[in-house]
Parts: sequence; C-alpha cells; structure tokens
Amino acid sequence: MALKDRKKILTVMIVMALVGLFTPFANDFIRLLITQTLVLGILALSVDLLLGFTGLASLGQAAYLGMGAYLTAILVDRFQFGLGCDLSLILLMGIAIGAAGAAFFGLFAIRATGVYFLIITLALGMVVWGLANRWNSLTGGDNGINVMMRPNCGVDFSNDINFFLLVYIFFCLSLTAMYVLVNSPFGRTLVGIRESETRMRMLGYNTWLHKYLAFVIAGGFGGLAGVFWTHLNGIVSPEDVLLPISVDALLMVVLGGAGTLVGGPIGAAVVVFIREYLSTLVEWWQYILGGVYVLTILFLPDGLMGLMALVKTWRTDRSEKEGAEASSGQVR
Amino acid sequence: MSKIFGGLNAVTDLNLDIYPGERKGIIGPNGAGKTTLFNLITGVFPITTGSVKLFGQEVSKWPTYRRVRLGMARTFQITNLFPKLTVLDNVLLAAQGVSAMKFSMLRFQTSYRDLFDKCHLLLEKAGFTDRKDVEIHHLSHGEQRQIEIVLALATDPKLLLLDEPAAGLSTGESHEMADFLNTLDSELAILMIEHDMDVAFSVVNNIAVLHYGKIVEEGTTDEVRASEKVKEIYLGVG
Repeated sequence: MALKDRKKILTVMIVMALVGLFTPFANDFIRLLITQTLVLGILALSVDLLLGFTGLASLGQAAYLGMGAYLTAILVDRFQFGLGCDLSLILLMGIAIGAAGAAFFGLFAIRATGVYFLIITLALGMVVWGLANRWNSLTGGDNGINVMMRPNCGVDFSNDINFFLLVYIFFCLSLTAMYVLVNSPFGRTLVGIRESETRMRMLGYNTWLHKYLAFVIAGGFGGLAGVFWTHLNGIVSPEDVLLPISVDALLMVVLGGAGTLVGGPIGAAVVVFIREYLSTLVEWWQYILGGVYVLTILFLPDGLMGLMALVKTWRTDRSEKEGAEASSGQVR
Repeated sequence: MSKIFGGLNAVTDLNLDIYPGERKGIIGPNGAGKTTLFNLITGVFPITTGSVKLFGQEVSKWPTYRRVRLGMARTFQITNLFPKLTVLDNVLLAAQGVSAMKFSMLRFQTSYRDLFDKCHLLLEKAGFTDRKDVEIHHLSHGEQRQIEIVLALATDPKLLLLDEPAAGLSTGESHEMADFLNTLDSELAILMIEHDMDVAFSVVNNIAVLHYGKIVEEGTTDEVRASEKVKEIYLGVG
C-alpha cells in the first residue's frame, strides 16, 4: 500500500477517534446532530458506492433506508421484537431487507444508465413511498409508526450516549467494509465499469452482474441506515422514504466528493449542521444550503475532498516556486 | 454470416476462417464493414443470419464476455481504455477479467501477488515498467495504442482481433508497433484491420479484402498486392 494511502487512512482514523471521544461530552443537541450525520453517512456511503465508484446516480436510495426503517418499526410495534438483544437480529434483517429490495428493483434499474437510471430509481423509490403511504394496515399510512422505546440489551440505548456509540461503531464498521470493498478486485471492476463499460465487456466481464451486485450491496447498507433511522427519530413515516432524503443523500456525496468514501459523510455533516443548527439561528438557511450546493458544483466538481487536494497542490506549487526563487537568489 | 441494419446490408454472406497461429489482415475502403465484422465476431451486435464459431464452439448467441473467456481478445479502433486509472491498474483489470477472483470482495486487490506478477511481466515486455504508475490520459497517443494491445494480451487470448492498431500513429511509431506485434507468441492467431499497408504487410501472411460487406479477394499478401480487383476498389480504375 502506498504511503499516500496510509496517510489518508491515518487521518480518517484520527478524525473518527476524535468524533468518538468528543461526542459523548458534547451537549445533547450536538450529539443528536452527530448521530444523525453518522446514520445519513452510512446512507451516503451506499450512494457513493454507486455514484462515485460505479458511475450510477441513484435517486431512490431512500427506498432502502425506508425498508429497513419500516421493518424495524413494524416489528417493534406489532411484536415487540427488537427491543432487547434481538436488536442484533434486527440489524441483520435490516441489511437483508435492503439488499433483497435492491435485488428486486435492480432487475429493472440496472438495465439503464445515466439519466435513465436516475429516473428509474426515482420511480422505484416512489413505489416504496406509495406502499408506505397507502398500505394503512401495515405501515400506518400517512401517520407512520411511532416507536416509543429504544432497545435495551444490558446497555440501554434510550440513553443518547449509548445510542450514539452504537451508531458510531456501525458507521466505523461500514466505512471499513466499504474501504475493503472498493479496494478489492470486485471494487476495482466497478471503477473499470465507470471508466469504460464497453472495454470491460471486451475484457471478459459480465458488467450487468457487477453493477447488480453493487446495487444490492448498496441496498444492504441503506437498510442498515434505516434501522438506526427509526430508533434515532422514534417515528417512521412516508416522508422518510420520499424524494428529499434520496436527493439529500445524492447531494451529500456530490458535496463531499464522489468516489472518496469519506466525502459522503463529510457532506452529510455539512448538510445536517446547516439544516438543523443554522435553521435555529436564521430563517433563510435554505438559501445557504442551496448556495453551498451551487458553489460546490460550479467551483469544486470533486467536492469538498477536491478542495483539500486543491489546497495541497496550491501549497506545493507555491513552496516549489519559493524554493526555486531562493535557489536562484543563491546563484546571484 | 450476414448483418442487416434496417435496410442496409452491412455485411453480406461473409465467410471467414482463421486458424491457430494464422496472421490475417482485413483491408478495405471506409464503410466496407470491417469494424462491423469485428462487432459481429465479438458479439457487440447480434448476427442476422449464419453463425459464429470460436474454437469449434457455436457462440452466435453468446454475450461478449463469454466469448472473451473462451480466449478471444479485441482492441478498439478508437482508443478505449480507462483514462483516469494508471497503466498498471488498466492491465490489472484486464488480467483479472478472465479469472474468478474478480468477484472477490473481502481482500485487497494488492494482496493478489500472482496477478501483480503477471501484469508486471506484461508491462516489462511492452517496455512500460517505468511508466506503470502514470495515468493513461497522460500517455501519448502512440503509447495508448500500445496499452490497448497489452490489455488484450492480459486476457491470455488465443485469438486476437486488432482494429487498426496503428491508427493515428506516425511512420516511426507504426514500425515500432509492427515490430511489437511480430514479437508476439507465434501460436496466437491474429485478425487485423489495418489501413497502414506497411504495418499490415509486415505482420500478416494472408489478407482478405472487404468491399460493401463482401470479401472480394482473399489470398497471400503478394496475391492481394497484385490483384487487379483491389486496385480497382482502391483507385477506382475502370
């Protein structure tokens, strides 16, 4: 592994360690926002796998979050299932239902690319929203389902610090898993497909299958985020599977930098803090959020992560120039 | 075999055989159907009538990737690489394409030593060892044309389809390309489309001339060179 990669990994580990150490001592509101960022961060990771690594822009990722979220809520509401140590089962089931949902929808979606993929994932997302909104007997329709209690399996997750730590651990696991995935032979094939699908076919790849598997995996991570989403908010409603969450997830990735993994969670942090924190300070926070999006897309096509790279090249350029000037000065 | 696009017979009643170790060239004026022929052989387009057989296997209905796994590789007339990846990454992708490890998700690609050894060897043979970490889009056109072929070779082909390997190359580069092609394993069958006659004649033994989707002349390089019909097609005499 290259030295550059090691440095990056170390930076991410230090940042994550700081988040883990700092958050339990932060005030309730900030802690809630960080927890929300981490949950949306998992969703953003799943979007980045598709957008950044495979080159597929999905506008329906909230569907898989919704599947995990509704599964969690329905099981708690109907069967009181998942409030103890069976939470671990719920987490597995959340991943499974997200992956299964994606496995079904992928049959339709993966045939398309580009804008068509965007539209078809959007349509499939709306199908899930339609089910959530209309299937009253199962989903509680427009009212959604209230989940009054968080699980308690020796550790009481109704305590926000404990809940944060749970989400934090799973976020770190997700990030690690994604990192291994995108650097695995399979992950590299996704990048190849992003760069040139025709060439990949000519090299012996069944590109459809690779994209399909990526879609299913992304669905699984979406489902996982959904389980936490329900317990974070204490309620799940059709709004949670509606377009804005999907759009947010996509924009978070674009904002942070697609194809970087950590870009998505960084974008999630920016969006969550502008929306939840800034909105308590100023009424026109939406203009700020919109402005950030527009400026990023106009001037930072590689997102905020691209900004860091830009600063770096700018600094090395400058130091090289200074070095050159200094040495030419010596000659004189 | 034939291929009909709408009302246009792009390739008509074409019969072409190629044997192990054979080096065959396909020439013909623009629009003769040369690249279409490649697309039919590789399965990019389905054939309308007839059949495609690879190594004795009927593959007419097979998708491209299955045909490739049988031992067929192809390069593109218009360079088709992974521009933002490094030379090594390009070759790695090509080399893992025909192995089952391409589905492995739980290990880093860097942990597959055999794969890396194979790619390093290929790059060494092609003279790219010192440039293996350069991103493709930083390479010159000539170098990219060469990487096209390296990628094809990385899939361990028995049949290599080259679509104008010397397209856009200078005379010097074309000669280098021809020399490089002549160093390849003599067991490898090569079917090559080429406009550059110097390259074509120095690499292949047999030539088929394609005109309006039909083979109008087929024979050794000398026979084709002497053929009146070929002169007629190219120069419009008579």
